[in-house]
Amino acid sequence: MDSSYVLSVIWFVLWGVLWAVYFILDGYDFGIAMWLPLIGASSERERSAMYKVTGPFWDANEVWLITAGGVTFAAFPLAYAVLFSSLYTPLMILLFCLILRGVASELRFQWTNRGFRLICDALVFVASLVAVILLGVAFSNLFRGLPLEYDEATQFFMFRGNILNLLHPYCLLGGVLFVLMFLVHGALYLGWRTEGDLRNKAIYLAKATWPIFLLVFLVYVVLTFAWAGLYKNYFSSPLLLALPLLCAILFLLSGYQLYLKNNIGKSLLSSCGGILTLTLTGVLGMFPNLIPSRLAETGSLNIVNASSSGKTLTIMLVVALIFVPTVIAYQIWAHKKLAVTVKVD
Amino acid sequence: MDPVILSRLQFALATFVHFLFVPLTIGLSFFTAWMETKYVRSGDEIYKKQAKFWGRIFLINFVLGVVTGIALEFQFGTNWANYSKFVGDIFGSLLAIEATVAFFLESTFIAVWAFGWDRVSKKFHCICIWFVAFAGTISALWILLANGFMQHPVGYQVVDGVARLASFTDVLFNTYGWHMYFHTVCGAFVLASFLIMGVCAWHFFLGKNVDFFHVAFKSASCFALIFTVLLALAGHQLGQVTAEHQKSKFAAMESVWETEPGTPMYLLTIPNITEEGNLVQTLKVPGALSFLATNSFDQTITGLNDIDPELRPPVWPVFASFRIMVGLGFLLLAVAILSFIIKGFVPSLGWGLWVYILMIPVPYLAAQLGWIVTEIGRQPWVVFGLMKTSAAGSPPVDWYQVMGTLVAMGAIYGLITLTGFILMIKTAVKGPDDTAEHYA
Repeated sequence: MDSSYVLSVIWFVLWGVLWAVYFILDGYDFGIAMWLPLIGASSERERSAMYKVTGPFWDANEVWLITAGGVTFAAFPLAYAVLFSSLYTPLMILLFCLILRGVASELRFQWTNRGFRLICDALVFVASLVAVILLGVAFSNLFRGLPLEYDEATQFFMFRGNILNLLHPYCLLGGVLFVLMFLVHGALYLGWRTEGDLRNKAIYLAKATWPIFLLVFLVYVVLTFAWAGLYKNYFSSPLLLALPLLCAILFLLSGYQLYLKNNIGKSLLSSCGGILTLTLTGVLGMFPNLIPSRLAETGSLNIVNASSSGKTLTIMLVVALIFVPTVIAYQIWAHKKLAVTVKVD
Repeated sequence: MDPVILSRLQFALATFVHFLFVPLTIGLSFFTAWMETKYVRSGDEIYKKQAKFWGRIFLINFVLGVVTGIALEFQFGTNWANYSKFVGDIFGSLLAIEATVAFFLESTFIAVWAFGWDRVSKKFHCICIWFVAFAGTISALWILLANGFMQHPVGYQVVDGVARLASFTDVLFNTYGWHMYFHTVCGAFVLASFLIMGVCAWHFFLGKNVDFFHVAFKSASCFALIFTVLLALAGHQLGQVTAEHQKSKFAAMESVWETEPGTPMYLLTIPNITEEGNLVQTLKVPGALSFLATNSFDQTITGLNDIDPELRPPVWPVFASFRIMVGLGFLLLAVAILSFIIKGFVPSLGWGLWVYILMIPVPYLAAQLGWIVTEIGRQPWVVFGLMKTSAAGSPPVDWYQVMGTLVAMGAIYGLITLTGFILMIKTAVKGPDDTAEHYA
């Protein structure tokens, strides 16, 4: 095994971890935003309190997405090029959602006009909901494989299908799963960071949503193995099955802490672990592909045909080894400083 | 219809709007940090008020810069897939490093700054805004090194039809990128200082908060003087590097058609594209262009007629943008020198204060014109001398898809830019407010 292959494997794993961290962090921002119409329906002050929970963090959380995208670009340029151009319209819609979510959630506080704030709140809600659905559908499409084929004429991996092919029932279920997962995750985070009425509402809604989430989660996992063809790696090395198993345990543990122990902090922590292991289950199931083709193996983008040079991967690894732990350290510090308990005033 | 043309329009729109916010982010973060440093060192509450007031404008501007920045990263993949495939090994890593080194730092510490006035010590709060300011310039460095690679590719080797990294140090010390960096960052400081002086002038004119804004004006006029001078020098250096590495761009900037030793400069020039020459060229300064480009009066500058017509950039936009940018640069320099001299009694200028208010858009315009010179001047190449823009698009993307997103982006960007500027103006006009909390 040559060193550039090893480097590609390392970057493949880091790529998966970056996405997982992004889902854990921005997941609660999205989740809380999706609760705006329900939890914050009654008063502007409650909605403001919800923004104060995520306000200091959403931007830094989003940087994990920019980094995950940047790493895909840097470590696997061809995968980046093929993925982003094949999923052109959905990804541009995701982009617009991210733009509107960020701008509306910050600018709403710059003007105390009721109508303006309502418009901003509506934008934040819709943009977050659509973004989450798109992420769920997009990743499920990766797990299922895209209709890709290497085309000699353009010397490019061409997308042989249309946008409707992306809306397979399994992929739509992925969208629903992401919405439910982040609704629970967001409610837990909100409950953990607030007190009084707001906290009670958040916990109540987390409890109400969790069983539906668990049901969809189980169906989705079964379908992922049955329909999406991610079973190959797991059947060839059954030890890996520990990962999806751990994922199920963590999500169950999250429910256990929520219902029986009333420990929101621990329930949230388990939810983080669940999201991490769920993402890694999917990503490792695709290995060595980053973008599997469901037409032919030659149409897949994998860590060999899509990867950057060993030199680039090495330099980036050095940068990552120095800066990622630094980033994690100061983000934890910042979270401790800024994650105060919010109350409705 | 050609999707590449639409993708170019879309990218132009995205970068144009993004760069409406970037320079102020860079310049105003340093000004805010400077004010807060004065507060920490002197304990004088007026400087805390300054930091809070300019910081509030900064925060509105910042969020718009952040969200419009993501659009650029996305589009390399969505609209420029062949480009990404070709340069990803080099260009992609610069973007990934930018995110890891700069964006995390910037986004984390701006939150500590905005929400942490009473949660961290006075000193550390001040350090947070310095982190933000440095992160902004670090981010500018990486992105301009990436752009520098497109202007003057170095440290690469083409293997199997893609550019592979040959020397990271060459990419890192690309002179073109560094010269762009100095010019851009100086421009950012100039833009911020003129915005600050303009806002101050408005309050002087109305006679509101005069003492408060006089403090800001005095500091901003020093910033303006230092950085308009440095901006001009850095611009001159960048021009020389351009003359050396991008002969077609340089010839278009000056509308030079004939190659001759000791190339003169004509103060008044009107290009005639169809005749491949100039309709008017008068007020000749002999050898001046050669001297400006190479420090020698008798060097030869390559004219457009010695460059394959297929490889020339569109002359008019590059030429006109360059001339106007330079003219505006001299205007900024003149106003900056004047401001520095009269800063002591500026609040009593009366109607003369409108000069400052009207000057606010000038650096914005100059910055955009500079980018037009840089990017249209680079055409027909996406990576100068290596890859044509026409070959850089996304094979799977059809024109109607790009048309759809172009229209959507136009609408969304129009909406957020308008809202953002209205709210910035509202905040600026309202003046300092002691009680204002972030997220109130």
